[in-house]
Amino acid sequence: MEVVMAFVVGGMYAAAIYMMLRRSIVKLVIGLVLLSNAANLLIFTLAGMLPGAPPLIPPGATVPEGLSADPLAQAVVLTAIVIGFGVLAFAVVLIHRAYEVVKADDMDQMKDTDR
Amino acid sequence: MLYAILSTFLVAAIAPAVHRVTGRASGWVLGLLPAALFLYFLSFLPAVSAGESIVLSWPWLPGLDIHLSFLVDGLSLLFALLISGIGFFIVTYAGRYLEGHRDLGRFYVIILAFMGSMLGLVLADNLIAMFVFWELTSITSYLLIGYNHENADARKYALQGLIVTVGGGLALLAGIIMLAMAGGSYELSEILANGDLVREHALYLPLLILILIGAFTKSAQVPFHFWLPRAMAAPTPVSAYLHSATMVKAGVYLMARLNPSLGGTDIWFTTLALFGAITMFTGVFLAFRSTGVKQVLAYSTVMALGTLTMLIGIGTETALMAAMAFLLAHSLYKGALFMVAGILDHEAGAKDFLQTGGLRTALPITAAFAILAALSLGGVIPLFGFVAKELMLESVLEAPGLVGILTLLAVLTAILGVAVAAIVGIRPWFGARVETPKTPHHEAPPAMLAGPVVLASLGLIFGLGPGLADEGLVNAAAASVQGAPVDGYLALWHGINWPLAISAFSLVAGGLLYWRWEQARRALGWVDRAAEYGPEKGYFKMMDGLVWISEWQTRVLQNGYLRYYVIVIVAMTAGLVGVTAQLFDVSVGTVHFERLQIHEMAIIAILVASMLFAVLTRSRLGAVAALGSLGFTVALVYVLYSAADVGITQVLVETLTVILLVLVLFRLPGFLNLSSTALRLRDAGIALVTGGMITLLMLSTLDARLFDSISQYFIEESEPSGYGRNIVNVVLVDFRALDTLGEIFVLALAAIGVYAMIRFRAEDHRR
Amino acid sequence: MNMHSLILRTAGHFLLPLLLLFSVFLLLRGHDEPGGGFIGGLVAAAAIVLYLFSMDIRSARKVLRVDPRDLLGAGMVLAVVSALPAAFLGQAFFTAQWWEFTAPVFGEIKLSTVLIFDIGVYLVVIGSVLTIMLNLAEAED
Repeated sequence: MEVVMAFVVGGMYAAAIYMMLRRSIVKLVIGLVLLSNAANLLIFTLAGMLPGAPPLIPPGATVPEGLSADPLAQAVVLTAIVIGFGVLAFAVVLIHRAYEVVKADDMDQMKDTDR
Repeated sequence: MLYAILSTFLVAAIAPAVHRVTGRASGWVLGLLPAALFLYFLSFLPAVSAGESIVLSWPWLPGLDIHLSFLVDGLSLLFALLISGIGFFIVTYAGRYLEGHRDLGRFYVIILAFMGSMLGLVLADNLIAMFVFWELTSITSYLLIGYNHENADARKYALQGLIVTVGGGLALLAGIIMLAMAGGSYELSEILANGDLVREHALYLPLLILILIGAFTKSAQVPFHFWLPRAMAAPTPVSAYLHSATMVKAGVYLMARLNPSLGGTDIWFTTLALFGAITMFTGVFLAFRSTGVKQVLAYSTVMALGTLTMLIGIGTETALMAAMAFLLAHSLYKGALFMVAGILDHEAGAKDFLQTGGLRTALPITAAFAILAALSLGGVIPLFGFVAKELMLESVLEAPGLVGILTLLAVLTAILGVAVAAIVGIRPWFGARVETPKTPHHEAPPAMLAGPVVLASLGLIFGLGPGLADEGLVNAAAASVQGAPVDGYLALWHGINWPLAISAFSLVAGGLLYWRWEQARRALGWVDRAAEYGPEKGYFKMMDGLVWISEWQTRVLQNGYLRYYVIVIVAMTAGLVGVTAQLFDVSVGTVHFERLQIHEMAIIAILVASMLFAVLTRSRLGAVAALGSLGFTVALVYVLYSAADVGITQVLVETLTVILLVLVLFRLPGFLNLSSTALRLRDAGIALVTGGMITLLMLSTLDARLFDSISQYFIEESEPSGYGRNIVNVVLVDFRALDTLGEIFVLALAAIGVYAMIRFRAEDHRR
Repeated sequence: MNMHSLILRTAGHFLLPLLLLFSVFLLLRGHDEPGGGFIGGLVAAAAIVLYLFSMDIRSARKVLRVDPRDLLGAGMVLAVVSALPAAFLGQAFFTAQWWEFTAPVFGEIKLSTVLIFDIGVYLVVIGSVLTIMLNLAEAED
């Protein structure tokens, strides 16, 4: 599964970058969502994908029975998902705000506000 | 010691308040601090002149082996006494000189902070601490030079000084890091004991060059001498302080300090002696042909700095004695003369020697002590300047090489030096009374006279009794520069010998030159034209170039097109990963596609389909729906592969994300077709290359496992030491709680950012 | 904003307390079973958002009683405070402290700085998500 996932994640990165290169700001948002999902999956895949081995310890025991999936990668991905939401909200509102000011959906028109 | 240095910064912080409370007396009140510090340093004198060196240490960054340690030996004590002693006169003097100035409070802040940095610099034993103080002196002196910040020239030349010295500081930083590598320690006291280790190290030459660039820029050696006279834009008390005891002497201090570990090699001797001698002559030559009061003094400081560098380069015992004696003599007379220059400006409004003459009746005390100091500058018997000059000539004559050229430059310098001394000591005071811009009605106030009187008198006292200076400190200072005890001693009378003959000859020749000063100056008019092609020209060219480059790179990189930023980032990442993979021979082994189970195939199919749909659809709702389907499928992946917590989180966040997108995106206009097919193909190419790189990276990582995962520790310790059976949660809130704290901070910040953006808009609407 | 759907409104009314209770349950059991501050916080926030959609923004704010920004601040304070006891005991910042005692009715109770930290995370997550969502919904009106 990891090998196939490597191709899926690569494809997801490609899709995200393609969307971020578009001039429409809505597509930029879609690219952002794709990118954060791709990054999370990348970490998750590289830590090894074990079915049916949750990092939980049964009551009374001190270590999990048998192999256990990597808890660190899971912890990292878990917080990344929540932060990803916060950052996405920030970006979306920022974009919306910029749109209200510039009244343009085209990023090439937005750039003039830099000057 | 730590508190002594910290006290300057603390008092600096409250100085404006003190100034407000004490008003006219603020100079005297704040002068108490340097006076107290002077007495404190004086208490080290008996031990130090007995040959001890004292190291005091406080842990600072113990993990990096950086300590806040201080070294008190002859050299650092000499500097510390000069800095605090002259500092006292400067602060009291400035209280009167700048009286009524709107920003006097600010002046106290900067000058005290500067004094503290300077003390830290000369007393630090740790190289890093020394560097920090070194840079602090650059920054505070920038603020001092640019004190009259409404004056464009003051700002410009303050910046010039800052760029030259901080540029040198960068070189110095690289140099001292190499020095620490070569010497095996960041503690000066240890490096100095391991001189051979440094001199024989492969890095000796580069580190020497870098450190010397730092020292030369700070001490205004040719070709970096141009910033120093420009720094005259500063108020006069600042010039007096920078020139006599501080700032520019920092470079000299550095060379003297490192002499036991870097000195003694041919390259050290040749570089320092030659650059020093050339600087010495350039300085005195330019001083002779200037007429501005402060300019003449500034160029004569360049001369003194060159002399000191040359003497440290020569490095014989006599030369080191000469260097320390000269340092002391110069600090005394230069401090006094600059304060006299301030009095001339303050009382008579004269900034140029051509505007002065016959002032001795109007300012009798000032005149008397100015003449005394000028005699020391000219090296006239029986002043301390004479003692130092004799020793200087003696060491030049006995130099281990280059005797011819060094002697020639030294003799020429001596002659011109006498002429310069005459300009300072005769021109303003004798002859016909010249109408000055302001008529002096009275002698300068005591606060302004104290400095010149005491410092010039000390020049006379030390001249008559050189043993006082010698046994007290100069000997111990020379010993720390040499790294071994010194046998020599200072004397006023060495008998009739070559140095005396040169002195006598230079007195006559210099007197003649002064007599013909006007003609000589006119004959040297070509220097102005030549100076237009000097190193300062190079500085301005370089600044123009910097501005041009930054404009260019802003135009290219900060062009305002988001997609180019993305392309640059993506291309850089792909390029760096590609190069690294090549360099370290990263390879992807044979790829085995395991047999997928039916549900796995379904998941992959949904992932790919939603991804493609999100990219290709022309409807926003369709795209959001596709993202939702993608997100929930990803959650399924997490749950299937043993990450229940992550899966639940993903489901919840995905729900909220869809709501968020629906709330906002539909208030934006629909998709537009803005790009041509060619552009789309180009972007698709970039995207596919990057995605492909990610895939290859993942495949090669899956193949190789270089280190054991630290996760094993978490799995084993979760229940025994974390008392929790959900290992992911134990990692989040216990093992790596600090990371989680950072993460919730980010989340909170994002929320506050959103809040601010929405609320500010509401404000706009109301208006 | 509201959908004017009777089913949704009724469901929102009944589901809200259940979901909030469930979120606290998830939070407290998180150390041993799937759950914890992040998940509990998200469930609670989602519950309020559901309520927001079934009713309107004013009743959502009313049912919340406090401004979500206060929750956010309180959560940050709790999280930071939980790191401090170790510092006073001379241990590294954030070293977990556990206090076990037996109470009459509940039996053995384990209290820890870890739990305080998790509650802090829970509050920050609720506060952040609701600050974002409520303000966006308000801007919509």
